[in-house]
Amino acid sequence: MDALTLARLQFAFTIGFHYLFPPLSIGLGLLLVLMEGTWLKTKNPVYHQMARYWTRVFGLVFAIGVATGIVMEFEFGTNWAVYSRFVGDVFGSALAAEGIFAFFLESGFLALLLFGWDRVGPKTHFFATCMVAFGAHFSAVWIIVANSWQQTPAGFHLVNHAGITRAEITDFWAMVFNPSSMDRLIHTVCGAWQAGAWMVVSVSAWYLLKGKYLDFAKRSLQMGLVVALAASLFQLYTGHDSAVGVSQNQPAKLAAFEAHYPTAPASLYLFGWVDEAGREVRFGLAIPKMLSFLIYGDGNKPVRGLNEFAPADRPPVNVVFQTYHAMVAIGLGLIGLALLSTVQWWRGKLFEQRWLLGILVLSVLGPQMANQLGWASAEIGRQPWIVYGLLRTSDSLSKVVSGGAIVSSLIMFSLVYALLFAVFIFLLNHKIQHGPDEADLTPVGPLRKEPRADV
Amino acid sequence: MFDDIPLLNFVWFALVGVLFTGYAILDGFDLGIGALHLFTKTDEERRIMLNSIGPVWDGNEVWLVTGGGALFAAFPMVYATVFSGFYLAFMLLLVALIFRAVAIEFRSKLPMRWWRQMWDIGFSIGSVLSAFLIGVALGNIISGVPLDPEKEFAANFFHLLRPYPLLVGVTTVALFAMHGAIYGVMKTEGTLHDKLRGWVNRCILIFVFFYLAVTVATLLYIPHMTETLKAYPWLFTVAVLNALAIANIPREISLGRDFNAFLCSCAAMIALMALFGIGMFPHMVYSFPHPENSLTLLNAASSQKTLGIMLIVAAIGVPLVLAYTATIYFIFRGKVKLDPMSY
Repeated sequence: MDALTLARLQFAFTIGFHYLFPPLSIGLGLLLVLMEGTWLKTKNPVYHQMARYWTRVFGLVFAIGVATGIVMEFEFGTNWAVYSRFVGDVFGSALAAEGIFAFFLESGFLALLLFGWDRVGPKTHFFATCMVAFGAHFSAVWIIVANSWQQTPAGFHLVNHAGITRAEITDFWAMVFNPSSMDRLIHTVCGAWQAGAWMVVSVSAWYLLKGKYLDFAKRSLQMGLVVALAASLFQLYTGHDSAVGVSQNQPAKLAAFEAHYPTAPASLYLFGWVDEAGREVRFGLAIPKMLSFLIYGDGNKPVRGLNEFAPADRPPVNVVFQTYHAMVAIGLGLIGLALLSTVQWWRGKLFEQRWLLGILVLSVLGPQMANQLGWASAEIGRQPWIVYGLLRTSDSLSKVVSGGAIVSSLIMFSLVYALLFAVFIFLLNHKIQHGPDEADLTPVGPLRKEPRADV
Repeated sequence: MFDDIPLLNFVWFALVGVLFTGYAILDGFDLGIGALHLFTKTDEERRIMLNSIGPVWDGNEVWLVTGGGALFAAFPMVYATVFSGFYLAFMLLLVALIFRAVAIEFRSKLPMRWWRQMWDIGFSIGSVLSAFLIGVALGNIISGVPLDPEKEFAANFFHLLRPYPLLVGVTTVALFAMHGAIYGVMKTEGTLHDKLRGWVNRCILIFVFFYLAVTVATLLYIPHMTETLKAYPWLFTVAVLNALAIANIPREISLGRDFNAFLCSCAAMIALMALFGIGMFPHMVYSFPHPENSLTLLNAASSQKTLGIMLIVAAIGVPLVLAYTATIYFIFRGKVKLDPMSY
């Protein structure tokens, strides 16, 4: 393999691994705010127990997110030096804002969230929880702004300095609100909420199946399910919105999503296998004109096809098609599961139907897979560009880094990430097996004071 | 002499320096605690060592992320050249930092002696290796590395392991160990406290020994580091302050004013970083043997527009960061107590 393929493989591997954790931090962050807020409101100690329990899980997720996040930040420079020089002026300000505003907010208040229960009053602690959750969301804003700028560059001009061309910012807000950033932000954050919510649902369902910690598990499941239902339904809208945005800004990517070759009214595939040489979809099932209808509200409107793009400017079609369709399928499946569970809850049978609880235990995997697949289709769909229309991925590699160096670092990361993943699963399992703490039903320290009802 | 450098470039040179100094001070004691970890013997002592950094080590590493981010944003040329040029060294640093984090999380989860021993060693090696690699990178920046006319690093990994950078690497480990020992004194009580107190002076002696060696080597072999100092002799006060701060540490320790000793250690690190910045100025990566290929504040920076936007970001953000970092440390002040949430 050449250095380019290896560098891409390394980036895909490290970002894929990293991206297991931040969505969980964002989603669990929201749930922690809800749990602790409910506790302050209702004074029911089981919500205190919930907040304490999920805080421990959050701490673990966050620690691994930081450790793997440092790698991402280094990798832009180590593996993609040409890219870094090109985008630094634009991308950098978003990244710096992320660091200064968001990371410090999260990590500073994290200490208080994790270790401060007995050191500050309940209101102060709740404030810390809100700040951590806010920081987690805020960091998503900046990183997605930066990533969206790569998809739909705006607010910049190209300047040549001593033979090196780079993008320089002309309008900060045009860069921040580039054509795809808000669509992609809400879509991604919604995916993150689902990651957190379904995790809470999954662990609670497992306790219910085992017949343990019933009060804790029921309330956790209910709270998780409410967020999961809201987020998965809202995701339908944000997903649609994103796709319409892609059709306007990155037509080659949209065409690859649906393997749409000639410019014509486009159908929507439910599944299929793309024959890239023959430029057709095999074994597929499609709803004719549906894509045109979804995007333009008119089934007869033509959608630009891949044939309009030179082969060198097309993304790899089948992998984009498959990842995109798998993401959509899982997203729809989660909506179905959330609706079904809500109906059972409404009928008062949610906690008895073991088959449903069994499915809910596995539900944690759904958003994780959908998030990974969605990113893959978004980023592979951007190819062959690293910055859409401006800089090719193949031109962005560090010139001084050899394939051998990348192989050795890839091997090191594979080993250490395997270890890290083992740690994560081990500790998560440890926390789940240990269960919520009985002692947390009677708060200690300053928390022994009952919060006032007006909080 | 430097009239042609726009103010914003200068400000960002200083701010990147502030962020990396913040990292050195904060993660410095984390790594230092790690370096000293194996010298403590009982399980309880080791748990106290770990938990002295328990609530803060994660947040301290964020300073590295933000420092790197600020470098990327303000001086993308430096970021690209150094990070790609020091490829394997930085990859090793990342692996060491991650491995160390794993060891912290894992160690106390099972009671077996061999299990804890294994992760103790991992934690310590990860800490020492991280500190050493940071020092080696710093040493290379100080002594200069070969850059080609396109500002790309023009040497291989082994070129990074010259005697001078290795010496700076060892000095950094000694510095962090000293800093960590003083932090440990501040955060512990009882026998461990007394033990750490005894180590502080030894750590200072070891650090001063290596620091003098680095200073002599710098004066002898790296003339460009002293040019600014010679042009502006009043800057020598920084070196004097540095020496005074270090000399004051044993006094504060013997008077039992642990917190003041820690502040002196921080002040010494600030002075060291300031000397580093003064020596480098106006270079950011000195090209040796072809100084004309060097990356400077001028040719490595982002546009004035970006530097201006980021200054607004920093002006809003940095005071907030400092305020709540100080608040958090205040809330977690005092001696470490082990409880069920501890590592």
